[in-house]
Amino acid sequence: MVAYEGGDQDWEKASQPNWRGLALTDPIKSVEDKWLLLPAFLKVKGLVKQHIDSFNYFVDVDIKNILKANNKVTSDVDPRFWLKYTDILVGFPDRTDADAIDKTVTPHECRLRDTTYGAPILVTIQYTRGKSVVRRANVNIGRLPIMLRSNKCWLNGRNEAQLARMTECPLDPGGYFIVKGTEKVILVQEQLSKNRIIVEVDPTKGIVQASCTSSTHGGLKSKTYVATKKGKIYLRHNSIHEDVPIAIALKALGIQSDKEILLLTAGNHEAYKSAFSPNLEEAAKLGIFTRHQALEWIGSRVKVNRRVLGPRRPAWEEALEALATIVLAHVPVHGLDFRSKAIFVATMTRRVLMAMDDEKMVDDRDYVGNKRLELAGQLLALLFEDLFKTFNANLKSAIDKVLKKPSRTSEFDAFNTMQFQGDHITSGFVRAISTGNWSLKRFKMDRAGVTHVLSRLSFISALGMMTRISSQFEKTRKVSGPRALQPSQWGMLCPSDTPEGEACGLVKNLALMTHITTDVEEDPIIKIAFMLGVEDISLVTGAEIYGPNVFVVNVNGTIIGLTRYPTRFVSNFRKLRRAGRFSEFVSVYINHHHRTVLIASDGGRICRPMIIVENGRPRVTSDHILELKKGLLTFDDFLRKGLVEYLDVNEENDSYIALYEADIGPNTTHLEIEPFTLLGAVAGLIPYPHHNQSPRNTYQCAMGKQAIGAIGFNQLNRIDTLLYLSVYPQQPMVKTKTIELIGYDKLPAGQNATVAVMSYSGYDIEDALILNKASLDRGYGRCQVLRKNATLIRKYPNGTFDRLADAPLDESGQIQKKFDIIQQDGLAGVGERVDPGDVYINKQTPTNANDNSFTGQAATVPYKNAPMTYKSPVAGNIDKVMISDTENDQTLIKVLIRQTRRPELGDKFSSRHGQKGVCGLIVNQEDMPFNDQGIVPDTIMNPHGFPSRMTVGKMIELLAGKACTAGVLAGRLQYGTAFGGSKVEDMSRILIENGFSYAGKDMLTSGITGEPLEAYVYFGPIYYQKLKHMVMDKMHARARGPRATLTRQPTEGRSREGGLRLGEMERDCLIGYGATQLLLERLMISSDKFEVNACQECGLMGYNGWCTYCKSSKKMAQLTIPYAAKLLFQELMAMNVVPRLVLDDA
Amino acid sequence: MASSSAAASSSRLPQSAYNPRRHVGVHAERVSDVSSTEYPGHYPGEDHSWDLAKFRENLKVEVKRLSQRSVEFDLVGVDASIANAFRRIMIAEIPTIATEHVYVWNNTSVIHDEVLAHRIGLVPLNVPPGMFKYRNPNGVPTDQDTIVFKLNVTCEVDKNTSKEKGAPRKLIHEEVLSGDLEWVPQGEQASVFTGDLPPPAPTNKNIVLAKLRPGQEIDMDLHAIKGVGKDHAKWSPVATASYRLHPLVILNPSKPIPPHLAQKFANCFSPGVVQVGKGGRVSIDERNLRKESMSREVLRHKEFEGSVELKRIRDWFIFTVESEGPYAPQDLFPESIRVMREKIANIRHAAEALLADVDGAPGAVAADGDVEMGGV
Repeated sequence: MVAYEGGDQDWEKASQPNWRGLALTDPIKSVEDKWLLLPAFLKVKGLVKQHIDSFNYFVDVDIKNILKANNKVTSDVDPRFWLKYTDILVGFPDRTDADAIDKTVTPHECRLRDTTYGAPILVTIQYTRGKSVVRRANVNIGRLPIMLRSNKCWLNGRNEAQLARMTECPLDPGGYFIVKGTEKVILVQEQLSKNRIIVEVDPTKGIVQASCTSSTHGGLKSKTYVATKKGKIYLRHNSIHEDVPIAIALKALGIQSDKEILLLTAGNHEAYKSAFSPNLEEAAKLGIFTRHQALEWIGSRVKVNRRVLGPRRPAWEEALEALATIVLAHVPVHGLDFRSKAIFVATMTRRVLMAMDDEKMVDDRDYVGNKRLELAGQLLALLFEDLFKTFNANLKSAIDKVLKKPSRTSEFDAFNTMQFQGDHITSGFVRAISTGNWSLKRFKMDRAGVTHVLSRLSFISALGMMTRISSQFEKTRKVSGPRALQPSQWGMLCPSDTPEGEACGLVKNLALMTHITTDVEEDPIIKIAFMLGVEDISLVTGAEIYGPNVFVVNVNGTIIGLTRYPTRFVSNFRKLRRAGRFSEFVSVYINHHHRTVLIASDGGRICRPMIIVENGRPRVTSDHILELKKGLLTFDDFLRKGLVEYLDVNEENDSYIALYEADIGPNTTHLEIEPFTLLGAVAGLIPYPHHNQSPRNTYQCAMGKQAIGAIGFNQLNRIDTLLYLSVYPQQPMVKTKTIELIGYDKLPAGQNATVAVMSYSGYDIEDALILNKASLDRGYGRCQVLRKNATLIRKYPNGTFDRLADAPLDESGQIQKKFDIIQQDGLAGVGERVDPGDVYINKQTPTNANDNSFTGQAATVPYKNAPMTYKSPVAGNIDKVMISDTENDQTLIKVLIRQTRRPELGDKFSSRHGQKGVCGLIVNQEDMPFNDQGIVPDTIMNPHGFPSRMTVGKMIELLAGKACTAGVLAGRLQYGTAFGGSKVEDMSRILIENGFSYAGKDMLTSGITGEPLEAYVYFGPIYYQKLKHMVMDKMHARARGPRATLTRQPTEGRSREGGLRLGEMERDCLIGYGATQLLLERLMISSDKFEVNACQECGLMGYNGWCTYCKSSKKMAQLTIPYAAKLLFQELMAMNVVPRLVLDDA
Repeated sequence: MASSSAAASSSRLPQSAYNPRRHVGVHAERVSDVSSTEYPGHYPGEDHSWDLAKFRENLKVEVKRLSQRSVEFDLVGVDASIANAFRRIMIAEIPTIATEHVYVWNNTSVIHDEVLAHRIGLVPLNVPPGMFKYRNPNGVPTDQDTIVFKLNVTCEVDKNTSKEKGAPRKLIHEEVLSGDLEWVPQGEQASVFTGDLPPPAPTNKNIVLAKLRPGQEIDMDLHAIKGVGKDHAKWSPVATASYRLHPLVILNPSKPIPPHLAQKFANCFSPGVVQVGKGGRVSIDERNLRKESMSREVLRHKEFEGSVELKRIRDWFIFTVESEGPYAPQDLFPESIRVMREKIANIRHAAEALLADVDGAPGAVAADGDVEMGGV
């Protein structure tokens, strides 16, 4: 590393211990309740603002840019014809039904009717019609699915009452799409940042390489490398066959003299100079001295896209074009001025040289500052550009087709052609979002699994999904780097919330206060940089660039100039930002290692707000907070006043951030708003997470998403495929601030159970729980399962249609038992009990539905029954019946069937500390232990769950929970917020004051013997979640049952009433043990035994004691083989392979 | 059943309370001497065979506090198994009447049928169970075993409220309360529930069963039958029935509490248990001893080590019974005794039948040799 020889005055002054009369030990007036900035932030930003912001940016800004880039359609046939798009705009979601009077549509209607919540894309066009130019506004070119709560959504800006009228939950975060009735989320995608130089080392091969993925607007992407090979440096690019020696590359870019090459790459640094010199030799050896020679050399190695037309261009022209447009495409080349690109390549080379000299100069790919997050808006923009280009190409060929006709009856109007373009754009969006396949050949993009169905298992699971980030890394690769916790993800990404197993560390979640930037125009930023004294890079020489005290200024990866006063420049730049002269999301920071000032305004950077500290004092004061409390200030005011600002990961690392006010020193630049915001929304539910062993918090993050609770205020109006609801959800007594912020206290998933930590009955080993029967009688853990059953009443192309029929009568004139809930309309009545086997939709289909030659009366055709029968082994109730139309006019019937379940043996429960367990025993109340007040626990938990799990947080939760209940009259909720929350000491004091033991341990009496227990028992309330895994859904056994038709072996899986497989490992055991008869019985007799006749003569299978091959019944033998074996023989014979059985008497 | 006069309550402890054999030790981290040792053969030379006279002499039942819904009484001089048996019977085996079958004719409220039915089932009713029989699970309901209630509630806007704009809309039946249950007398029931006997109704009229909005309606018939708490908690006549052992704090005269620590010492106990006299002399107020919550706070402080012993009296049970059903709180204990006697009679009957079988006489023994236990 080059020592930072800067005599920067400000810096030195700042490092002095005593500063502006303020010593380190001075008391600081603390800003109380500064955490209130967090709800203020969430009020403005919302929990899924990143998705919504990104979508808004696409719909308002980016779509216009795309249109501008593709705004003209011309004709090859008629050169006078042109069509121009002048404006584009996305409307509000509406109904596509032709006869609708009120066109507005609510998201909930789309969910229920299986339609798409989409809005028309309207363009303004200008085109020639004959000799005149016609302008048409609001031409519909397709429909775009609209993100909920974006500014094109009807829900945007509505209050709670208005939302209730639209049957929408006010706590629902939005940020997803409704496509064909399913809620789809476009997950945030993590990528390596574009247009930045990343230096890597391969220690085994001894290769150092600097790479840069260029991405320009228009989506072209290419990767350029500057890498060492056998001690020399080469430029490598996909479009050039051979590695280009760096000196040749630079010569081709117009740096002809060796001296200048050396200055631009190695500067005056001796070590670099000597490392670089072989490269100059190589160029000389190859006989390349001038720019033209270099271009010729490269040109003969460029991959040329063979165009059909035109003469072949000379090699140097090809090289020039490749260098200008393909290699490092993001560096602008104006005219033939390659200077800035040359400097960029030189910088890459220098970075390689630096890394060769000092391996500390290698970049960290996993550093969060080197990552960019791709959101729904960017993905949709790419998709739209692709679809729009295809649309225009189709339009053009359609226009050409018309214009080609020599004589037309009427004047050609392009608008009509446009109307007949079909729904390419609409169906393209719908297909991409509903399948998740983003395959855009134009942009060399082929991604699957971009979208996911929004999980509505619980409120938290939906919320957790909206903050999820998926990485582009392959899951199978065995590298630990990308999966590891990065120090730079502090405050940006949740350290706890990641799945276990193969996606561990690759799927991440945003922390509570993060924001993801959208693109900000960089031209004004560059102008400001020049105004602040940056010297243009094209005007300086290598000697100056690497001179002392000189810092290179980069904007979004492109080098724009130099500054000699980096600290001053940066602080001035920040001042302008704090004054609101340009976007608050533009970041600037100094990289002392590379001696650069980096300005970033690109989209996809993660950032978060922080309080600005000046002169050792936070700029936010108690007065500000007071005004915030009164509602006089909003979060945006704090931004505008320059009290808080957003820092991205890079700028964060150039700042000195105090965690607490007491930590503020003279050099401190920022203050954290609240430390608990470093956790995400899901991890924020855990009380006292800072007392738990870290993996436990991770387990809870996975389990919190499986907890049964309330899903939304509109949960009873929803018809989901599968919905789990709790009958009596309770908000946790030990809350966290996050719980209140995300609304978990309004949509909870769990109940406060009184827990005794003791061993009981032996049915509690291995984490099993004992439940109190009386608690279950009173409604503890009771949940509902609602399942959707849908069918279409279809109209067939031949004029026939499905119909609903009332219950048929049997011979005795009675309605059969299985039809007893069917009403006259052929549907089950709402509220009726459905027993297993009952029919709830008595549908009938015509027998000739697929016969297209049928022309008779539709009413006279014979019908066959196609009823929907209830399959679950446990009775349910009809909750809802919905009849509606889909978008293509088919009648849609949805029947929601509800089961109410009380907990039973084997149901899964968990506390909020990754401590899961199944119910092992249900005990009568009188058998349960009780304390002096007569309190009986709801749950008994085995103490062996504690020592190895080290979930101290759970113990503190119990203590705090007990303190909540201890003084019943004064009962107050306690907080278990991370890095804060109610203190154990205070909790113990409350317990003592109310006559409990300070330790939370009670003296219990056995309910069975009536004598006191010899040990004190840790006893109090803990919030328990019931998880969706219930025995009722899993229990399965089979004695005899269905078999697969092909192999005649028992079917597989519970849903098909399948057999339990004796797998290969079990088979190995039996072989090893020698239990041949058992093997035979398991694998053949009880499975697919089959009697065949085989001929001892020819070894083929015969039939009925007759060998069809030998035409004889003489030597037939009967034997038992698996049917699958018989099948194999026959299949082999079909392939002309004869398997012969050689029979022998054993 | 002996019972001393209630006037003696809140008196000093009898000297026998300090008999160490009656004590359960309460230590900082454990409880000692949990079981009684006074059984035959344990102490050499002492006779602990059961003796009615001695039992009579020691047994004491005394009501300490009685209110509308709860009672606190002392049961002294019995083994834990006996006291526990009464507790268990009170929770699980004293019959009451509770709603078991709900016939829903209409329910347009947000609350689901089975959830509402579950809530209604848990509403305690004031019907004396003694007047009813258990319902034969296969039989038809009769007026002997079933009480019918009707719940028919429709929520509507109160038309009498002011028509002014902005005035809050008043709703009738916004909440469905347990008081909305309407008794429908069956057969002779109308003539039975007259006079002193109040008509069947929930004991608490203010339990919220459901919330309605205008236009929503609930119409259902409820059948309440007799049952016991071990089948379902709704038939339990008590909110809880439990006991604790009488606390005892014994000061060590050889290591008195220093006067300057007297207040701190007193604060380690429930208020009133420790009296700080003049000059910081510490004494135990025996009349308030029963209030002690046994928080064991005193054992936490090193300075009090050895100067105090916490004990509980093993055969002195302080019962707390909270009644929720038809029984007056003071009736629950006698009722539990009645149930227990019934059970004993059953066992006796079965045992006699067994004996009869041994004698070869035809008794109540079924063909397979099982003895019918009867009872609940």
